[in-house]
Amino acid sequence: MNTKLQSKGETVFSVTNYILLLLVILICLIPVVNLVAKSFSDEASILAGDVFLWPINFNVDAYEVVLNSKRFLVSFQNSVIITVLGTILNVLLTIFTGYALSRSRLRGAKAIMMLYVFTMLFSAGIIPTYLIVKELGLLNSLWALILPSLVSPFNMIIVRLYFFGIPDSLEESAKMDGAGNLRILFQIMIPLAYPVIATIALFCAVEYWNSYFDALMYINDSGRLPLQVFLREMLMSVSDATSNIDMLSSADVPQEAIRGATVVAATLPIVIVYPFLQRFFVKGMVLGAVKG
Amino acid sequence: MQRMEKVELTQKRAHPARARWLLDLKRDYVLYLLLLPGLAALLLFKYLPMYGVVIAFKDFNLISGIWGSPWAGFKHFEELFRAPKFYSVLENTLLINFYKLVFQFPLPILLALMINEVRNLMFKRFAQTITYLPHFLSWVIISAVFINVLSPQTGILKNVFAFFGMSHIMMIADERFFRGVLVASSAWKETGWSSIIYLSAILAVDPQLFEAAKIDGAGKLRQIWHITLPGIRSVIVFIIMLRIGTALGNDLEQVLMLYSPFVYSVGDVIGTYVYRIGLGQMKYSFTTAIGLFQSLIGMALIFGANKLSKKFGERSLW
Repeated sequence: MNTKLQSKGETVFSVTNYILLLLVILICLIPVVNLVAKSFSDEASILAGDVFLWPINFNVDAYEVVLNSKRFLVSFQNSVIITVLGTILNVLLTIFTGYALSRSRLRGAKAIMMLYVFTMLFSAGIIPTYLIVKELGLLNSLWALILPSLVSPFNMIIVRLYFFGIPDSLEESAKMDGAGNLRILFQIMIPLAYPVIATIALFCAVEYWNSYFDALMYINDSGRLPLQVFLREMLMSVSDATSNIDMLSSADVPQEAIRGATVVAATLPIVIVYPFLQRFFVKGMVLGAVKG
Repeated sequence: MQRMEKVELTQKRAHPARARWLLDLKRDYVLYLLLLPGLAALLLFKYLPMYGVVIAFKDFNLISGIWGSPWAGFKHFEELFRAPKFYSVLENTLLINFYKLVFQFPLPILLALMINEVRNLMFKRFAQTITYLPHFLSWVIISAVFINVLSPQTGILKNVFAFFGMSHIMMIADERFFRGVLVASSAWKETGWSSIIYLSAILAVDPQLFEAAKIDGAGKLRQIWHITLPGIRSVIVFIIMLRIGTALGNDLEQVLMLYSPFVYSVGDVIGTYVYRIGLGQMKYSFTTAIGLFQSLIGMALIFGANKLSKKFGERSLW
C-alpha cells in the first residue's frame, strides 16, 4: 500500500518535471526559431505578425541580400581573422603562463600569480584602457581587438590547476630521459591537457567572435569592423547597411527578413561548432568553477 | 607552503643564497621565457591602464598626454559627488544588479534539480544542449531576439499583449518594464549555463542519503528539500557571494544593446554613462574618476563578500 502510494507520487512528480523542463526548452528555442522562420518569410506576412515557427511564403531573398552585401562579407572575414588569430595567441599564452606558474619550484611564481589575480579584483576602467590602446597606436587596427584581451587570468588559473594536478613523477622520469622543459611541455603536458585546452579555446573563440564593445571603442574604419558591430548597425537601420547594394531599391528590401537572416548567418558558426565541444566544456567549467 | 619554505631554508644553508638563485634561474630559464609574452600583455594592457587612472586626478588633454597633463586634485571627484546624474546611474546599477540577484539566482538551481531528476538520458542531454546554448550568443544577437519577441505588433507574444490591452507598449522603451527586460534577458542567456555548477554539486551528494530517506517514506519533493538543497548549500552561498562581488559591473554590453534615451532614467548604468560621456563628449578625466570609484567599490564588495562567506562558515572565495 505504502510503496504503491509512493510510486504514484513519484509518477506525478516525474511527469510534472518533464512538462516543466519541456517548457524551459521551448522558452529557449521558440524565440530563436521564430527569428529563423521570419528570415525565410515574405515581408507582408512578417509585418502582419503571422509568422510563428514556420516560414510563410518561403523565400531566400533576405539571404541573397545579406550574402551579397560587401560589408557583411568584409566584417565576417574580419571576425574570422580576429577569432582564429586571437584564439591561437590567447591559448598559447595561457598555456605557457599556466604551465610555468604551475611549477612550484619556480622562484617568483607566487608574486607573478598575484599580479594576475589582482587584475581580476581591480580594473583600470574603460577610459584609461582606451587611452593606452590609443597611445600604442592600435586604434583602427584589428590588433586592437586581439591584443588587449590576450590576458585571461580565469582561464590561466584553470590551466594552471590542471597542470598542477599532473603527478610530478611524469616530469621526473622525462627528465631522467633527458627531456628539457620545452619538450616536457609540448610532448607530455599539453597532450595530457587536451580537454582543458579545448574548453578554454572554446571560451576564447566565443569571446572573440562575440566581442562588440572593443570594436565600438577602437575601430572607426568601416572596412575593419567585426561582424557584431555590422550586425548591430544592420539591426538598427537596415537601409543604411545595405546602401552599397544598388541592385535593390530600398522599397524592395525586406527589412525584417534581412534582420533575421543576418542574425542567423552570424550565429551559424557558433551553433555548428558548439555540439562537438559540449562534452569538453562541461568538464572544464566545473573544474574552473569549483577550484577558481 | 610552510613545508616548502623549510626546504628552501635548508637549501640556503647548503649553498650561498646568491649562487642558489643563479642556479635556479639557469635551470628554469625556459620557464621564465614562457612567462614573458604573457607578462608583456599583462603589463601593456592591464597595468599600464592602471597607471593611466592618474588622469582622474588631472585635467587630461590629448596634447599633453597622461604624463604631461596638469594635476587637478580631487576636483573631478567633487564634481562627481555633486552631480545628480551620478547618483541616478549608481542607483540604476545597484538596483538592476539587485533585481538580477534576487530573481535570477533560484532559476539555475531549479533547472539543475529538474535536469537531475530526468531518467531518460537522451532527453536529459537534449535539455542540457538547448538550455546551455543561449550563453554562447552575443548580446547583439540576444537584443535582436528580445526586440523581436517583445514587438507588440509582429512578435510571438502579440496575442498576449493584446489580451492585456498592451498592444501599444514597447516594453523595451518603457520605463516601467525596462529593468524587467534586463532581468529576463540575462536570465534567458545565463540560466542554463549557471545550472552546470549546481548540477555537478548535486551529483556529489551522497546517494545513500536518498536511499535512507526513501525507506523512511520521504517523497521526491521532501528529498529535495531535506537532502539535495542542504547538500549543495555551500555552492549556493559561494555563487551568491561571487555575484555580490561583481554587482557593480558586467552589464555594460547588455544595457548598451537594449536601452534607448526613453529609458535612461531607469536603465543608464555606470558603464554606459562612462562610455557615452567619456568617449562621446571626451570628458576623459571626469569619467575615469567614475570608473575608479566603480572599481574601488567593486573591490570592497569582493572583500566584503569574502568576509561574509567566511562568517557563514563557508570557504573563502580564494
